[in-house]
Amino acid sequence: MSPAGSTQGHGSQGDHGSQGQSGEDRGGPADLSGLVGLSATEVAAGVRSGELSAVEVLEQHLERIQRWEPAVHAFNLVMAEAARKRAEAIDDLVARGEDPGPLAGVPVGLKDLICTRGVPTTCSSRILAGWKPPYDATVVTRLGPAGAVVTGKTNMDEFAMGSSTEHSATGPTHNPHDLGKVPGGSSGGSAAAVAAGFCTLALGSDTGGSVRQPAALCGVVGVKPTYGLVSRYGLVAFASSLDQIGPFARSVADAALALDVIAGHDPADSTSLPGQHPSAASRLGRGAEGLRVGVIAELANAQGVAGDVAKALERAAQALSAAGAKVDEISVPSVTYGLSAYYMIAPAEASSNLARYDGVRYGLRVPGRDITEMYMATRSAGFGPEVKRRVMLGTYALSAGYYEAFYGKAQKVRTLIIRDFEDAYRSFDVLLAPTAPTTAFPLGAKVADPLTMYLNDVCTIPSNLAGHPAVSVPFGKGDDGLPIGAQVLAPALGEPVMFQVAEVLEEAAKRGAE
Amino acid sequence: MGTGAPTTMTSVAERISKDQVAHVAHLARLALSDDELELYTGQLASVLAHAADIEALDIAGVPPTAHPFPLTNVMREDEPQPCLERDEVLAMAPEAEAGQFRIPRILSEAP
Repeated sequence: MSPAGSTQGHGSQGDHGSQGQSGEDRGGPADLSGLVGLSATEVAAGVRSGELSAVEVLEQHLERIQRWEPAVHAFNLVMAEAARKRAEAIDDLVARGEDPGPLAGVPVGLKDLICTRGVPTTCSSRILAGWKPPYDATVVTRLGPAGAVVTGKTNMDEFAMGSSTEHSATGPTHNPHDLGKVPGGSSGGSAAAVAAGFCTLALGSDTGGSVRQPAALCGVVGVKPTYGLVSRYGLVAFASSLDQIGPFARSVADAALALDVIAGHDPADSTSLPGQHPSAASRLGRGAEGLRVGVIAELANAQGVAGDVAKALERAAQALSAAGAKVDEISVPSVTYGLSAYYMIAPAEASSNLARYDGVRYGLRVPGRDITEMYMATRSAGFGPEVKRRVMLGTYALSAGYYEAFYGKAQKVRTLIIRDFEDAYRSFDVLLAPTAPTTAFPLGAKVADPLTMYLNDVCTIPSNLAGHPAVSVPFGKGDDGLPIGAQVLAPALGEPVMFQVAEVLEEAAKRGAE
Repeated sequence: MGTGAPTTMTSVAERISKDQVAHVAHLARLALSDDELELYTGQLASVLAHAADIEALDIAGVPPTAHPFPLTNVMREDEPQPCLERDEVLAMAPEAEAGQFRIPRILSEAP
């Protein structure tokens, strides 16, 4: 966790504090000013034009990390030296008159289950401690030519199983808005890193809400793209029919920009959608006039949705209505079965995917007298309690005598959810729902009761089961003063209209309409 | 968990026993202590009790969905392509020998 090393140089640690660039001694970890508060669009424009240097941008982020990372623990690894070399190379490109790309000099964090060649990728698990992948994920090879500067690998719930980033072998991440609260999960490190100004963008993965829910709890934008839009090559698998990589950002435009860089067909992923797709940013700036927005009744009033979250959603619906959208309530009845279906399907797929951690080819090995003993000793020592729980749940759901009752039923419910969404999208362009039932909860509050933890995902799971895109955008504050997220759902490949509506909500929130 | 029929919830919760959890753990190659078995039995029962809502659904005629967008027969041309660097891969193995992964004995010794 040692961040920036020495911090001599330009970063004015202003004795008088008049223009303290990074503002690091004022406010808390979520109060951003200076270069760490810029959007990706602003950083890239500044670096491309030569007004900003990528090195200067990076150094302010590294200072910020040095100041606040010990309290937040967003990273499993800060790649300060590699990032410095990369930022220098980008400044050299600009000096030679070349264009480093649309993310020129933008600091980006990567969830620690995205493979980086020669750089440890642990999934926050003891079983992969120290593992250095022999290849880069496709998203990593796409960030490079776009000019991004990867600054580190972010903390997460082990193998992406969790909703609080407490199930991490490296310890929990803390919410920058309140260090006693969770950041959400499983991509809590990425969400916290963006909220705390450790990086401008971050990538996470969303299997049942693992980008959107932490984005909501940390007050940033988080995207679950259409299944197959972003390559999963080099994403360590949790539940392969649900997993999708998505960006975190502090604005809707930044999130669309990041998605456009990482999206696109990849022959290395057999589930990658073929063909060309319109830019996620293609409908930004068009307002909401004439759009049809459906508020999902079953999620707006779902069990466990707190009063302040429900009120924020009502105000979001009013803001869209005021912007000229036609807003109505819509029933999507089968989403109420989403949670149960998900907690059969995802563990079933996980139990199969995680069979590969057997102490043979990579990671931990605990010796045994024969190979079965070695398997059992390795897996028992290497996996944490939540991973064991889900592997067992999935093994049970797939076992003889129970397969049809649980896994088979869950797959049929998945069909029902897809059909109900199809019906809804005949009358609506996008749907609206809460992202998470509550604002950030205290560390330790739910970790002993798995079912209570799972209920965090009730509003986000349906999009994964259907393969549809959804985005969480900050909209209002709870009674405790912590961020609330509003979720915009769209049909498959509906990213352009989804971002269009999310941007209207973002603008309304800025005007104080939340 | 107000969604499922209470009678079914009870029957499912009763269905998972400590012995079954021990069996499932063995299938998943996990060695659990007695305390862990006790803990996981209760926790798995509560998740399965929640799943009683889908167990109770009568949807026999509905086709299952395994994948959101079924892309079938995704193939590439059958042409040789570079693969991962063997040395880089084996360097990450717990034990390697002569260009291969080394593992403990697979068969027990004869009694």
